[in-house]
Amino acid sequence: MLAALPSQLKEALDEGEPTLYRLFPPAHTDDDAANAEYARLVGASLLEGKLAALAELERTAHEETLDEERLGAWLGALESLRLVLGTQLDVTEQSYRLLDLDDPDAPRLALYQWLSWLQEEVVQAMAEDL
Amino acid sequence: MSQIVEAPVEIQEPSVDDVPVDEPPWVVIVWNDPINLMSYVTLVFQKLFGYSKSKATKLMLQVHNEGKAAVSSGTREKAELDVSRLHAYGLWATMQQD
Repeated sequence: MLAALPSQLKEALDEGEPTLYRLFPPAHTDDDAANAEYARLVGASLLEGKLAALAELERTAHEETLDEERLGAWLGALESLRLVLGTQLDVTEQSYRLLDLDDPDAPRLALYQWLSWLQEEVVQAMAEDL
Repeated sequence: MSQIVEAPVEIQEPSVDDVPVDEPPWVVIVWNDPINLMSYVTLVFQKLFGYSKSKATKLMLQVHNEGKAAVSSGTREKAELDVSRLHAYGLWATMQQD
């Protein structure tokens, strides 16, 4: 499951799906020209960083232990997956309630909750070393 | 409070090309969003800015409770760098000049 998700997101990135805007927010609230300049300056490196983290998660999804560098890549990849899935599902801070199995989104909400749990585990592991 | 001053002999008009020395700093704002975990946001503030756990937690709670918080400030270049680092971590950050 975890190994399959990065390639799905990479495909979405290639196709430029609209929900991906959440991965590349504007730097200014009310200046389109400055935002265009910002996107020109950092857009490519932001994308590159996110793709690299996804590739690392895909490669190491079955590992039993992770060193700090890989843990960092997992943190970033899980972040991108949660941002896109959460945006698609239009989640709120109350989205961690028990799932309604009649809800057609229930399977994807379950996946979102599982990714959230996994990211929390990674955060706790990294926080111990700070 | 007032002060009596002699009229200057000559008034120098500021040139439009002059860069103000005391330009107001740019402030980096992080906005609340329903996806990012509270523990994650705290960790990012610690890692990116070297803030203590208590300072990072306080800022995270400000974002959570008030909808936004100013997390760093400085020149335009520094603010732009900080915003891009926050975006690399998936946080919703913008910059503005106060």
